[in-house]
Amino acid sequence: MDKTISSFAEAVEDVHDGASVMISGFGGAGLPAHLIEAVLEAGVKELTIISNNAGSKGLGIAKLVKAGRVRKVVCSFPRQPGSDEFDQMYRKGKLELELVPQGTLAERIRAGGAGIGGFFTPTGVGTELTAGKEIRTINGLDQVLEYGLTADFALIKGNLADRWGNLTYRGTARNFGPVMATAARCTIAQVSHVLPLGDISPEHVVTPGIFVDRVVVSGR
Amino acid sequence: MAKSYVPRTSGQMARRVVEDIHDGAYVNLGIGRPMLVANHLPPDKEIILHSENGVLGMGEIAVGDDADPDYVNAGKQSILLRKGAALFHHADSFSMIRGGHIDICILGAFQVSERGDLANWRTLDEAAIPAVGGAMDLAKGAKQVFIMMEHLTKDGQSKLVKSCSYPLTAMGVVKRVYTDLATLEIGDNGFRLVDKVAGLSHNELESISGLTIQET
Repeated sequence: MDKTISSFAEAVEDVHDGASVMISGFGGAGLPAHLIEAVLEAGVKELTIISNNAGSKGLGIAKLVKAGRVRKVVCSFPRQPGSDEFDQMYRKGKLELELVPQGTLAERIRAGGAGIGGFFTPTGVGTELTAGKEIRTINGLDQVLEYGLTADFALIKGNLADRWGNLTYRGTARNFGPVMATAARCTIAQVSHVLPLGDISPEHVVTPGIFVDRVVVSGR
Repeated sequence: MAKSYVPRTSGQMARRVVEDIHDGAYVNLGIGRPMLVANHLPPDKEIILHSENGVLGMGEIAVGDDADPDYVNAGKQSILLRKGAALFHHADSFSMIRGGHIDICILGAFQVSERGDLANWRTLDEAAIPAVGGAMDLAKGAKQVFIMMEHLTKDGQSKLVKSCSYPLTAMGVVKRVYTDLATLEIGDNGFRLVDKVAGLSHNELESISGLTIQET
């Protein structure tokens, strides 16, 4: 078994028009910039992007947005300094936004990856973000029904990998990577280094290879 | 007419908040003014800072060669980690928040109502891009929610209100409010004064706030 792939273009070649794509990252930390670039170059459109942010300063997801490749963004924090591409497209009505509280976004992805259809959470009860959703009182606390989230692809950024797809992460670049890896039909990891099997201690593997389909090395 | 009192500076506000954080507390600091609290942690208390993007044991802001783009805080500034720090993914981070494991979160606010309702994620400006981040999870999940904010808006409106006119972040969650003029507690009967800046009378504070505030 060897999940390593030599080029970014090859790694994303089956990402298709209309695909739903999870993209790891919290701002720039953990953003798989080379994979995003490859998706941009592949020319696919009508994408649904699931990510914490919607890109800024013309980088990462902002490139896809600017090029008009994104139909919908599911995220918690699209507005940030330099998020001009998103702001313009949103104001022109060319982009649909599903705004999700950050913890609910993480948990929806975890549920999706774990085969859980939905769950009740207190977050957002009584606010406009949960208007019209089912509310139940559980243990004396009002909670709202949220559904698990899956995607066609997850593009994530790891640090060390091996050919089986075992991954480690670096610092806060871990963020959404481990949960997104579980929730996509095909998970593609951009990593800094690929090591021989066994060189990553089993104790240190964060994402077991079963969740990873393809690994591409970017170097640091 | 000259004011008879001097408002607290941001640093004084941060130091006032720190007085109410206990040794051994796990604390989350919201983006903006609450982050100043990190600069005023007392050496005699061990306070562990949580960052929603996957850190316990967050240290100081990193500058120069120490700044590493893989190590950032919730505001995406470069940070250092303290000895004993732990890193984890987003779902675990929000398990800590939503699961009631964070002792105190300190957030900024547009408005706080006398019932403890919090509005801090969007205004009524229809042109603004809505963004919520982790505010709703933090407001609902932390054991105690402290608010650190200016008492008044830039155009002189009280941010302490009977009922929030801005969209809510969470209902009935705020326990304490630290402003540049006063510290207030929220109980069953609304705002109660804990302390205020010297030279500011209770009547004056109520008049500025547009609210009845219970005496200390």
